[in-house]
Amino acid sequence: MIDEKTVEKIANLSRLSLTDQEIKDYSEHLSNILKHFEEVAKVNTDGVEPIVTPTPIEFHSREDEIKDQLLPDESLRNAPERSGYLFKVPPVIGS
Amino acid sequence: MKFLNKSLLEVRNDIVSKKIKAVDVVQESLSRINTLDKELNSFVALNDKALEQAEAVDKKIQAGENQGPLAGIPIAVKDMFCTKDLRTTACSNILKNFVPPYSATVVKRLEAAGAIIVGKTNCDEFAMGSSNENSAFGVVKNPWDRARVAGGSSGGSASAVAARLAFGSMGTDTGGSIRQPASLCGIYGIKPTYGRVSRYGIIAYASSLDQAGPFAGSTKEASEILKVIAGYDEKDSTSSAEAVPDWTQNISTDMSKMTIGIPKEYFGDDLNPEIKKIAMNAIEILKSKGAKTKEISLPHTKFAIPVYYLVATSEASSNLARYDGVRYGVRIPSSDINDMYAKTRGQGFGTEVKKRIMLGTFALSSGYYDAYYKKASQVRHIILKDFAKVFSEVDAIVCPVTTSTAFKIGEKIKDTISMYYNDIFTTSVNLAGLPGMSVPGGLASNGLPVGVQIIAPHFKEQTIFNISQTLEDNIEKKVPHGI
Amino acid sequence: MAYSDYESVIGLEIHAQFLTDTKIFSSSSAKFGGGDNEHVDAVCMGMPGTLPVLNKKAIEFAIKTGLALNCEVKKKSVFSRKNYFYPDLPKGYQISQYDQPVCEKGFLDVTINGQKKRIGITRAHLEEDAGKSTHHGDYSLVNYNRSSVPLLEIVSEPDMRSPQEAAEYARAVRSILRYLGVCDGNLEEGSMRCDCNVSVRKKGEKKFGTRTELKNINSFRFIEKAIQYEIERQIDVIESGQEIVQETRLYDSTKNKTFSMRSKEEAHDYRYFPDPDLLPLIISDKEIDLAKSSLPELPQQRAQRFQTQYGLPEYDSEILTVEKEMADYFESVVKECGNAKSASNWIMTELLRELNNSKKEIADSPVSAKMLAELVQLIDKNTVSGKMAKAVFMEMFKSGKTASEIVKSQGMSQITDENEIGKIVDQVIQANPTQTTEYRSGKDKLFGFFVGQAMKASKGQANPELLNKVLKEKLKG
Repeated sequence: MIDEKTVEKIANLSRLSLTDQEIKDYSEHLSNILKHFEEVAKVNTDGVEPIVTPTPIEFHSREDEIKDQLLPDESLRNAPERSGYLFKVPPVIGS
Repeated sequence: MKFLNKSLLEVRNDIVSKKIKAVDVVQESLSRINTLDKELNSFVALNDKALEQAEAVDKKIQAGENQGPLAGIPIAVKDMFCTKDLRTTACSNILKNFVPPYSATVVKRLEAAGAIIVGKTNCDEFAMGSSNENSAFGVVKNPWDRARVAGGSSGGSASAVAARLAFGSMGTDTGGSIRQPASLCGIYGIKPTYGRVSRYGIIAYASSLDQAGPFAGSTKEASEILKVIAGYDEKDSTSSAEAVPDWTQNISTDMSKMTIGIPKEYFGDDLNPEIKKIAMNAIEILKSKGAKTKEISLPHTKFAIPVYYLVATSEASSNLARYDGVRYGVRIPSSDINDMYAKTRGQGFGTEVKKRIMLGTFALSSGYYDAYYKKASQVRHIILKDFAKVFSEVDAIVCPVTTSTAFKIGEKIKDTISMYYNDIFTTSVNLAGLPGMSVPGGLASNGLPVGVQIIAPHFKEQTIFNISQTLEDNIEKKVPHGI
Repeated sequence: MAYSDYESVIGLEIHAQFLTDTKIFSSSSAKFGGGDNEHVDAVCMGMPGTLPVLNKKAIEFAIKTGLALNCEVKKKSVFSRKNYFYPDLPKGYQISQYDQPVCEKGFLDVTINGQKKRIGITRAHLEEDAGKSTHHGDYSLVNYNRSSVPLLEIVSEPDMRSPQEAAEYARAVRSILRYLGVCDGNLEEGSMRCDCNVSVRKKGEKKFGTRTELKNINSFRFIEKAIQYEIERQIDVIESGQEIVQETRLYDSTKNKTFSMRSKEEAHDYRYFPDPDLLPLIISDKEIDLAKSSLPELPQQRAQRFQTQYGLPEYDSEILTVEKEMADYFESVVKECGNAKSASNWIMTELLRELNNSKKEIADSPVSAKMLAELVQLIDKNTVSGKMAKAVFMEMFKSGKTASEIVKSQGMSQITDENEIGKIVDQVIQANPTQTTEYRSGKDKLFGFFVGQAMKASKGQANPELLNKVLKEKLKG
C-alpha cells in the first residue's frame, strides 16, 4: 500500500519534515484510509463526469478596475523577515 | 442573566427602542465569558474594542440613525474567519501570530448589521476534526458535561452559544462541522446551500465543500443571522446570485403539504437506539402536524466518508500550500528555502493536518490521480444524483446528525478512522452541496442532547426553517445545568 | 562534423503578458514597475481566505488573440491548479489551464526568404504570472507586484525547422499581439517571454529526438543564436555516442551558450486538478462574434492591402506593417501627400535609420507624419530637389521644424527660374574657359564637370533637370 519510502516522497512533495515515528505512523494511517477507499474504487462510474462544484452556480467575472489594494505596510505587516518593503527568504540552493 | 437568556430578536428590538443599552448587553456577554470560559475554553481571542463598538451603536441609536437587524448583539466568530486587525489563527501554531489586514465578507456583513463581534472561537486546527481536540489552543469542553467534547470542528462556536456567552456564533461546515457540534451541544446550527454564503476571507480547508453558517438558540435567530450573511459576493467566484428570501418572516409551520423522506441507509440496524428514538420522535411530530413520510434510499451513503476524505484532503493539500513561512505566520529559520518550508510546516502544523495534507497530496499525485481524486469526484457526482432523484419525490429529509451523544474527551482521538466515521450522516450533504440543519431533538437517557438533521434541496433553506420551527414548537427546550 | 545530416525540430512556447489595468485574478494594478510591493492586494499575495475572480478584460483579450491566431475558441474551458513550492508563487500553486485550454488548433503563416510557411498552434491558455525574486548570495528578496498579472501561453506545434523560422514566427506573433493592443511584446522587459523546445534528428527520420527547453532568451537575435547553439550542441552530443538529457537549459547571451539548470534535478509532479475556487469559463457565441467584429486589420492583411491599394512591393509592405504604429504613420503620410512610393522610401530609409540611431520609437519621431508628407509634397512640386531634401529631412529630425520653415529660413528653395540658372551657367562657363573649349571640341565627358560646378555655385539648389537643359543649350555655343 503506502510504504515508508512513498511516505517520504509525499512528505517531500508537500514540504513537510517528518520524524521517523511520524513516517511510520503516517504509512499505517494512509494505508488504512486507502483500504477503505477500495470499495469506492469498485463503483461503476462509466459515463459519469467528475464534479467539482456541487451547486448550480452561474459563472461571473469582474470589471478591470483597480480596487482593494493593500499598502506595502499592510501587506508586509506579518512578514517573518523583510528588507524594506521586500520579503526576505533564504535562497533556493542552486539558483 | 438579564439578556442572554432571551432571543436576540427581542433583545435587538429592545436596544433599538432604547429600552436597554447595547453596552450592557455586550458587558453581560464579556462577564459570562470571563466567568465560564476559563473552563470551557470556547474562545481563543477576545475583541478588546467590543465595548467601544457597543457604545458606538448606542450613540447611533440616540442620534436616530437606522439600525441593522443585529444592532448591539454580541456574536462570536470561529477563528477560521479573518477579522481585520484581530488575530486569526485557524487554531494552528503556524498562524499563531497572524493579524489580517482585511475581514471576511461574512464578518463585514455582520458588522454592517450592527453585530458586535465579541471574540474568536476555538476550533479544530484548519477545521479538520470532529471533536475540537486537534486545536493548538486546547480542547473545548461541552457545557452539558465538561468531561466531554463539544464536537468539531466548530466546537468553540457551539459551546459559546450553548453556554449563552453570545447570542449566536459563526461556524464553518465542510463535512459536518456545524451540524455535529450543534447536535452535541443541544443548539441550532445550519450549513446553508453551497454558494449561499461568501467564502471570501474564510481560511480555506476544502473549497468545494466549505460553507459558513450560524449557531443560534432558536430557529428564528438562526434564520435571522443567516439572512444577514447570505447573498452574492463579487469577491467569491463560487458565490451564487440566488435571491435571499426573508426566511424569518416567511416561516410557516403548516406541514400539510410536506413530504418527508426517511433514508433507510441512515436508520440501519447498527444505529444507536437512543439516536433512533429521538429522530423517530421528530418524524412523528411532523406526521402529527400533517406531513407525509416516505422511505427513500440513498444507496451510496456508505461511500460518502472515503469520497469525502479523498476530495477534501486533495483540495486541502493545495489550499494549505501557502502556509510556508514566507509572507506571514511562523517561520523556522534555515539557510535553504526548501528546508525552511519543511521545518516550518512540519513543526507548525499539527498531526491531523499533516496526515490530511499527505493523503491529499498522494491522491493528486502522478499515477494516482485517476484512481483516487478523479474516481472520488465521479462517485461524488453519483451521490449528488441520488439526492436529486430523492428530492423529486420528497420535500425534505429528516434523519440523525450524529452516531452518538457527546463522547468523552480523549475517547476517540487515538482511532482516527473511527473518528472519521462520526461524520457518516453529515458528509453526503456537503458532497452534494445541499443545505442541512441540526435541530435539538431532546435528551438521551444520559442527559445529553441529541440533534435531528433536516436536509433540503439546493436553496430551499425555507423548507428547513419551516420544519425546524415546527419541531421547536413541539419539543421541550432544554438547557445545560448551571447555564 | 555532419551537421548537415541532421534536421532540427523546434517549437515555441510564448508567454504574453496582457495589458490589462488589473491582474487576472486580483483587482490590484497590473502596471509594470512600481515601488516594492506597491501593486498588491490580499488575493495576489495568497493571504489566508482570499479567492480568485477572473478579469473580464483578460477573457476578451484571450478571445481576440485566439481568433487572430486562427484558433478555435472553446465555449467551455477550465482553470487548473499547478502545484509547486517557490517563494515567488504566493499560493504554492499557479492558477493555469491544463487539459481544457481556452483556445486550440490555430496556425500562423510566416514568410521565410520569400516563402510562406504555416506554423501550427497547438493551444493558447490563460494563467497567472508569479512574483519576482532577486538573489543576493545568502538570501533572496521577493516582490509580488507581478504576481497574478495575466498571461496567455501560446504553444506552437513543433513545426519550425531552423532558428530563422523560429525567430520569424516569434516576430509574427509579437506583431499580432501589438496590433491587437493586448501585449506590448517587449522581450527585454519580459512582457513577452519565449521558451524554445529544441530537438534534432537525422534527416529522413520520422521519430522526434529528445528535446530540451531553452529559457532566458530576451531578444529575437538571441532566439536564433540560442537555438543555433543548442542544435549544434545536441548534434555534438549524439555524434559522440551519448544521449540527450531531457531538461531545461538557460541561455547565457554573454557566452552564447546554453547551460543546464542544476536545481531542476527532481522532476516536478504538479498534481494538476480543476481549481475548486473557480467555475469553468463559459464563452458565448455572442462574445466570440463581438470579438471577431472588433478585430483590427491584422499585419498580414494590412501588408496585402498595401500591395493592392498602394502598389507597394511585397517586401516594402511587410516592413511597413510589422509595427502597427509604423503602418499607421505610413498611411497618414500617404493620405496627406498622395505619393505612396515616395512615402515608403523615406520611411524605410531615412526615417528608420534616424530613429534607430537615436533609439526612438516611431511614436516619438520628431518628424510627424504630417511633416514628412509636407516634405514629399515639396519635392513633388519641385520646390526642393531630391538631394536637398535629404538635408532638409536631417534638419527636421534634429530641430522638429517643418520642411517649409527650414527651406524658407535657410534659403534652400530649389532654383527653378530659367533666367537665374542661366546666370549661374554663364558664370561657370566664364570661369572655366579651358574646359568649355575642350567640351565644345567634342569632350562630352566634361558635361558632368559643368554640372558639378554649377551645382556648387548654386549651393545645390539648382533644379537638376532645368540645369541640364540650360547647360546643354549654353555649352552649344
